Amino acid sequence: MNVLYHLDDATVLRYASGDLDEAFSVVVAAHLAMCDQCRRAVRTAEEIGGQLLEAEDTPELPIGDFDRLMQRLDGADGKIKAAEPSVRHAPAGNGGDVPVPLRRFVGPSLDAVSWKVIAPGVRKHAISLSSQSASSLYMLHIAAGKPLPEHGHGGVEMTLILSGAYRDELGRFSPGDIADLDEHVEHQPLVEPGEPCICVVATEAPTRFKGLFSRLLQPLVGI
Amino acid sequence: MGLALRVTQLPNDDPPERLAQMHRSLIARVAGNRDREAYKALFVHFGPRVKALMLKAGADHAQAEDLVQDVMITVWRKVELYTPERGAVSTWIYTIARNARIDRLRRNSSRAYEDLEGMDLPSDDPSGEDVAFASQRAERVGQALAELPDDQKQIIELAYVHDMPQSEIAGTLAIPLGTVKSRMRLAYGKLKVKLEEMR
Repeated sequence: MNVLYHLDDATVLRYASGDLDEAFSVVVAAHLAMCDQCRRAVRTAEEIGGQLLEAEDTPELPIGDFDRLMQRLDGADGKIKAAEPSVRHAPAGNGGDVPVPLRRFVGPSLDAVSWKVIAPGVRKHAISLSSQSASSLYMLHIAAGKPLPEHGHGGVEMTLILSGAYRDELGRFSPGDIADLDEHVEHQPLVEPGEPCICVVATEAPTRFKGLFSRLLQPLVGI
Repeated sequence: MGLALRVTQLPNDDPPERLAQMHRSLIARVAGNRDREAYKALFVHFGPRVKALMLKAGADHAQAEDLVQDVMITVWRKVELYTPERGAVSTWIYTIARNARIDRLRRNSSRAYEDLEGMDLPSDDPSGEDVAFASQRAERVGQALAELPDDQKQIIELAYVHDMPQSEIAGTLAIPLGTVKSRMRLAYGKLKVKLEEMR
């Protein structure tokens, strides 16, 4: 996959150190499933953690701790098994066009996602997360040639393109590309003619639309 | 309680590469034939380090010791997923500890990370010597970390070791969030320069 837009370096470090909440970690992981370059970057960033762990000063552990561990491993309620070898998989997964980290929410196929129309040409699929996350996660399906409502960012926002393409002030975003934007960036994505654009979005705070029409619409659409 | 496991600890004055190599062979023994002696040696080395990490992340002693147990159980259970091309054993164990920290201390979800666990990369190294490349990478990252200016190193440690959210780092150090991000980017940039010298 020819990915042009990647993760911000600060995001790579936040992901590697575990600072992203669930909505953002899912979008980042979905991008990683599509982008070798960022997967390599994360691996390097995780190496920092390994070095710091190795350098940690070492408090004593009670001598009984290892025995307790072995008792748990040998516990009567079923031996703890090794991971199934089937955990290994190709980045794209076996069949399906939904990246692996999104599949437990929407299944393997984009065709099977259920959409709710929220504005002419704009459909949304809200994803409920397994943890209490301050951020929200949703997918958008925007018709060819349609703009997304212009919005300033109340907080950090990340958009990963899964299908189709859009263009905004920053450039053309196609599958695998991620817009990892600061709160200061304002953009007006316009879906390219030809096919709809499907993307997955994590937002830190409710997005506020700037146009009057959009502002009236916001309570209804809940973007 | 007075007796501590560190009596049998691996020699710590070994050069880092020898230590890393020893860890790889211990992991291979656990993966190959569920070798309990090898597993114990890993526990003795990494258990206290994981505990220190959890304490600095805000866990109390009992919680930190429970987390050590969880992390080591995961090491046993997922040992087949470790491959030396991925990086140092310490790095793999760090990621397991990080995920446990996300689930247990932050009460968030580390599922997204786990979804990517089995995913391999195309070869990093043009010559195909991925294991040598990976261990050299770990060494370079260590060097780059040691050479970071204090203000950047501090932010890296607060994030990786103290598990401090980005916004809290800004608050604690009384600097703007943008400065936290730019120091992170600078620090990571230096790592990248070090790694590019390898290619």
